Amino acid sequence: MVVALPIAALVWSSTKGGGSGFWAAVSSPEAVAALKLTLAVAALAALTNALLGTITAWVLIRDDFRGKPIVNAAIDLPFALPTIVAGLLLLTFYGPRSPVGVDAAYTRTAIWLALLFVTLPFVVRTVQPVLIELDVEMEEAARSLGARPLVVFRRIVLPNILPGILSGLTLAFARAVGEIGSLVLVSGNLPYRTEVASVFIFNQLQSGNPHGAAAVAVVLLAISFAVLLGVGGLRRRATRHDCGR
Amino acid sequence: MAARLGLRLVALFYLAAILVAPLGLVCYRTCAHDAGAAWAALHAHATVHAFRVTLVAVAIAVPVNAVFGVVCALAIVRGRFPGRGFLNAFVDLPLALSPVVVGAALLLLYGRNGWLPGVHVLFSLRGIVLATTFVSLPFVAREVVPTLREIGDEQEQAAHTLGASGWQTFWRVTLPSIRWAVVYGVVLTTARCLGEYGAVAVVSGNIEGRTQTATLAVQDAYENLDRAGAYAISLALALGAVLVLVAMSLVRPREARS
Repeated sequence: MVVALPIAALVWSSTKGGGSGFWAAVSSPEAVAALKLTLAVAALAALTNALLGTITAWVLIRDDFRGKPIVNAAIDLPFALPTIVAGLLLLTFYGPRSPVGVDAAYTRTAIWLALLFVTLPFVVRTVQPVLIELDVEMEEAARSLGARPLVVFRRIVLPNILPGILSGLTLAFARAVGEIGSLVLVSGNLPYRTEVASVFIFNQLQSGNPHGAAAVAVVLLAISFAVLLGVGGLRRRATRHDCGR
Repeated sequence: MAARLGLRLVALFYLAAILVAPLGLVCYRTCAHDAGAAWAALHAHATVHAFRVTLVAVAIAVPVNAVFGVVCALAIVRGRFPGRGFLNAFVDLPLALSPVVVGAALLLLYGRNGWLPGVHVLFSLRGIVLATTFVSLPFVAREVVPTLREIGDEQEQAAHTLGASGWQTFWRVTLPSIRWAVVYGVVLTTARCLGEYGAVAVVSGNIEGRTQTATLAVQDAYENLDRAGAYAISLALALGAVLVLVAMSLVRPREARS
């Protein structure tokens, strides 16, 4: 009643104009521009967080410094903070009255920053448990045999944490593709330039074009399904790997 | 050693630039420049009403999803019926789905030309509650499922052979061992309900003093150039988020231990 029926109504509505109607709605220049922008910036943000999130997870597990528990708790802030507030905070710091002189308001850079904020916890939280499980002895053995730090990382740490990084990356990507709250204020929503797919859907609904909105919504729905399947597959592979050891 | 220090600096600088500095700046500007206006904005009739709408949505969606989450988790882990895998995937769907898509789906189902136009859901408190419930559906189930798997069903079977009814077994054996997972899930659900924007923006109509939630009020205030008001409501919501973080860090070790 709550999940299945609305989604059925959504899919039904998108196909009301027939296959050609669906295609026309999805391939309109504005929709294509919005979808392209969304996928590109979401991928960029997910990759950035895969790199910086892995570093952060490593620092939180293997390093020791004062105030680490507070830093660790702060990682979850983007999960707890309303996304519209996140957008307002970023717009204040990286907007017209920025204290560091970076005015990214209403640009694609602002979208990237907002997506970095909301997807920050995913990679950190999927890599952390793997790093805890990982034996330090293996790394020490490699080092005592003369391996340089970079070789130890590439040959021993990375292969073990890679499934964690990938599943965090996929979740972050899915979240970034659907994000709206943090973007409505920072992106300016200029069609063809800074209008992402979710804002496009919202605008189509507001201007009384539900079928166009439904068509693009179904594309996002398909991406969500694909991501869920991908993460499920990754998880199965990771557990099989565990059983093999 | 130098590499380790370098990585620490990279991580801390990143967190500072993206999390701490923006939050700190808004706190500073509000306290230093707009304190009076912010305080007045928090007491404005529309703001109080917006917070009330948000709290009503939380008060309904959280208990509903807590009960539903536990039932769903039990069905997924302990149940034996066709379509169990399907249910498992469906419960996760709201997590991967864009909130706007959720809003659009509800609009197309209950809207004027939808399947169930007779149910007056749109532009009302009911619509807000429904949208909030939808997007915060998976959290409790997702926390409880792994815990249920881990504890196994031996104790439940023992209770059963000793003559306990299904209900007694649930209250005396199952619930006590999953309680911290339920609490953790409820905390996450609350956070999501408080902060929901996309789905609610589509179905609520954003009528000030009637169907405006706290998050919609932030956007409204900002777009009407009422910076102090936007900051004030944002900081109140951020305070709620910090409380959620504190609750999470208190509950997590207990959950891990049990």
